[in-house]
Amino acid sequence: MSEEKKEIEFETALKKLETIVENLENGELSLEGALKQYEEGVRMASLCSKRLTEAERRVEVLMKTSGGKLKAAPFESGTEESGKTKKKK
Amino acid sequence: MAKLKYFLETESISELPSKKILSVTDLTHNIRTLLEENFSTVWVEGEISNFKFYSSGHMYFSLKDENSQIGCVMFRRENISLDFEPKDGLQVIAFGRVSVYAIRGQYQFYVERLEPKGVGALQLRFQALKEKLKNEGLFDESRKRAIPFLPRKIVLLTSLDGAALRDILNILGRRHANAHLLIYSVPVQGAQAAPTIAEAIEDLNLHNVADVMILARGGGSLEDLWAFNEEVVARAIFQSHIPIISAIGHETDFTIADFVADLRAPTPSAAAELVLPLLEDLLARVLELEGRAFQAISGFLENLREEWRRLAESRVLRDPLSAFEARFQRLDELVKNLEIIFQHELGSKREKNGILMGKLEALGPLATLKRGFSVSLKYPDMTVISSARSVKPGDKVKTKLQDGFFVSQVTERESGDQSEESA
Repeated sequence: MSEEKKEIEFETALKKLETIVENLENGELSLEGALKQYEEGVRMASLCSKRLTEAERRVEVLMKTSGGKLKAAPFESGTEESGKTKKKK
Repeated sequence: MAKLKYFLETESISELPSKKILSVTDLTHNIRTLLEENFSTVWVEGEISNFKFYSSGHMYFSLKDENSQIGCVMFRRENISLDFEPKDGLQVIAFGRVSVYAIRGQYQFYVERLEPKGVGALQLRFQALKEKLKNEGLFDESRKRAIPFLPRKIVLLTSLDGAALRDILNILGRRHANAHLLIYSVPVQGAQAAPTIAEAIEDLNLHNVADVMILARGGGSLEDLWAFNEEVVARAIFQSHIPIISAIGHETDFTIADFVADLRAPTPSAAAELVLPLLEDLLARVLELEGRAFQAISGFLENLREEWRRLAESRVLRDPLSAFEARFQRLDELVKNLEIIFQHELGSKREKNGILMGKLEALGPLATLKRGFSVSLKYPDMTVISSARSVKPGDKVKTKLQDGFFVSQVTERESGDQSEESA
């Protein structure tokens, strides 16, 4: 379940953060409520930033095996800068 | 004259060599047999005109070209499986037989199969399928899945050799994407394309490989893009639970897949831009929100502090008798008024007194004392003793003189009015 919490969607976190900021700016919260909201906002913000700055770039090719499973292999066919023009359709 | 001519003509017909006379029905029957034997399986090409679709379910129309036309009928049992709507002006290829409609003495083409011709045919199939799927609700915006805002895993369904793949990789690379891109190769044209694509969509769903799928193909003719107009592909997209972005051909190309897809990108490059927002933009947004949250909470706390200070200083909190606040306030006002009046009075009185004091100076006790008199005050309330009756033996008395005072005790008293004393 903590796994699930970690996997909170970026968009959800961003939306939550937006709502929190609105709530705080409206200023109609109790002290305790405001502090709680702020704390949650900070948590969402750091979640978002972390998600945005983590490096995870990977390109793979999926292939279907004879067993009907899908297998990923590194994508080799050239870099995105040049591509392989000879393969042009 | 007319009569004569009529006579002569009939005369000449009856003198024809064969002399065999047929009934109309026999003749018609002979003609029908002749036609049916020679035209039992015919393909004919022409333009539909005068099309009528009767409530009986049968279709009546003509097929024509520049010089000729032929009446046609297509019965309900045949036309029910048509995958397009015949209409005037359409070029078609019809298959059927030629026969005679005896009651009217007309030869007709009995159409068993009807197909639209050429590119027009593809257009028609496109329109027909589009209409059908639309009515089934496959294009409804309400049923479309949301494209994840920032997907971790993207699966790209396209040809490994195609231009679409290069374009997409190019854009994703430029965007410094932190996403995991999977490429699943499928043929994007040819007879096998549609079923393979449909199966691939199913497989990718089955293994739930990604957060979002891009179905892409570079530009091409209508025929090139045809796989994306096939029903099997449309159904697979509809069934997918992975949200699908379609990116087929150029901006002006619309395929059935585009209509069913959860999001249509005008081009493969555009799809790449749609699927991944610019990270810098997002980061800036997050930082801005974070800043605003901080600003807001700071302001909030400052306000609270201010309020607290105000409350702490107020009489209400300090004074348990706050219920009497209003009365206290009224009292304050009255006191203040009194003070004002008093001050005012005092001012004028002082002025008056200034003058009087001068006079009193001469006549007053100090001057009197200077002249050798004294004044005695009685303890403890220090009242001036102006009458012998106001003291009794034992009372303590303070006597002021011009240069000081002394304290003494009354030992004896005598007044002019004895009766008063004894009473």
